[in-house]
Amino acid sequence: MSKNFFKILRAGINTTFQDHGRDNLYHIGIPFSGAMDKRNYLLANKLVGNKTELPVIEFAYQGPLLEFSGERINIAITGDVNFTIKKNNNDINGACYQTFEINNGDKIDILSTNKSVYGYLAVSAQFDLKYQWSSCSTNTKAYIGANEGRKLDNDQKINIIKINKNSNIKKLNYVNTRIENIRVIKGTNFNYFSEQGKKNFFEKEFIISKLSDRMGMRLEGSKIENVVNTNIKSEGLIKGVIQVPADGNPIIMLSDHGTIGGYPKIGVVISADYDKLVQLTPGTKIKFQECELSNAESLFKLYELETQNLISQI
Amino acid sequence: MIKNILNLGDAALYCDFGNEVNKTTNTQVIKYFQSIKKENIEGINNLTPSYNKLIISFDLKKTNYINLKKKIENLNVDIKDSFKNKEIEIPVCNDQNFSLDIKRLEKRLKLSVEKIYENFYNKKFFCYMTGFIAGMPFLGDLDKNMRAERLETPRVKVPKGSVGLTEQFANIYTFESPGGWNIIGNTPVNIFDSSNEKNPSLINPGDTVIFKSITKDQYKNFNE
Repeated sequence: MSKNFFKILRAGINTTFQDHGRDNLYHIGIPFSGAMDKRNYLLANKLVGNKTELPVIEFAYQGPLLEFSGERINIAITGDVNFTIKKNNNDINGACYQTFEINNGDKIDILSTNKSVYGYLAVSAQFDLKYQWSSCSTNTKAYIGANEGRKLDNDQKINIIKINKNSNIKKLNYVNTRIENIRVIKGTNFNYFSEQGKKNFFEKEFIISKLSDRMGMRLEGSKIENVVNTNIKSEGLIKGVIQVPADGNPIIMLSDHGTIGGYPKIGVVISADYDKLVQLTPGTKIKFQECELSNAESLFKLYELETQNLISQI
Repeated sequence: MIKNILNLGDAALYCDFGNEVNKTTNTQVIKYFQSIKKENIEGINNLTPSYNKLIISFDLKKTNYINLKKKIENLNVDIKDSFKNKEIEIPVCNDQNFSLDIKRLEKRLKLSVEKIYENFYNKKFFCYMTGFIAGMPFLGDLDKNMRAERLETPRVKVPKGSVGLTEQFANIYTFESPGGWNIIGNTPVNIFDSSNEKNPSLINPGDTVIFKSITKDQYKNFNE
């Protein structure tokens, strides 16, 4: 029995363990998975003094209510999250990008994410988890990764090992910004669509549907008419690919996507915009903006540099 | 051979081997896949072979499209070279509890149930690719008179082990999953084992699969 653990009093809607994800398994049908918003995942670890690529708890919309038993640890929450730390005698209003001390009996109540989807909880220790293919990321579709490949559930225990006694209280001045224009590179089947369809794609607004999860983001709006073939011979997918099935509504592939698909690819979201894309909530209106490959590469470099700068400020 | 290489977004190469879906083209894809995997090229983090395409995903922090494209174009892949593959027998039970869409197929194909199974069992199928869900094999080719469309409305849950047909292919649902294939039976064999990290997939691209008919009792006793 581990003497340091969290008891899950309320699991939240979609709470899983995530890390950097797993490479080199697309060919057998296993996607990357990993933290949806990489930047916030890395920052959470850095704030508690961890190596940036340790597993964290990812939650969506409503997070967990956790009760801690054991020796003092530090925690940090990243994203845009509304949470409270309940101590014996008082409640502390939580703030993101800041380390908090947690003692025996304290509770962390992650109430909701604000105008965003995902938030991250890191602890100055390690969760006691099973690794599969050098990642503990939970893939609930293939039952792979930590927690037997399942979402966290009420009344479960999360054991904690290797507490880092050198973790200090840290704070980072950072506010998540939202994007409404998603930059995309034209896809390999861009010419399958009618002139009007292509125009709609880059000019009209699309609304993010409720049917969005870690696998994909469904969009609704002006239909994108296909004039060649509404199916292609099934072929590989990558995250960020925008497929358009016969109904004309685009679907963006996200981190847990199926590895093979048979719908035409109208575009691919650029790597620099991925972290911000996944944070957009259902009901949000977005627009696609065309981006050239060389520009996408520079934008990614810039985004990475920004992330590294934030990490080095902690 | 690769006919054309395009970029798929900013972090993947799209290698096009032509429009045809046949063993010759697919064998080339698999050979490229195996050769590139062996090369351990810096920055590549995923390879997805399919019928006639190979997608190479890479880490944009480590390489880029132009550099990787050059490396792939200069790669010496001997497509005549043989590749490792195996022949696997998969027992299938077509008891009525398992053969969810056999009646539909009977109508669509205008073939008797007996004839459908006769055309299916004891034939050699080639594994073109695995994926969609972990370890799911896409096996071809079905005879021309055995080719049916997907269900109009896909099932929300197809049971694990279900064996399905669509167009020229047969597949096996390695997990319970949504899906629209015509289900004709179920195998007690565990096709994908995620606890076996080295070889999780029983069936790999290039392998040959032969389906063998088993009774309900044989099915029940299979895992005992």
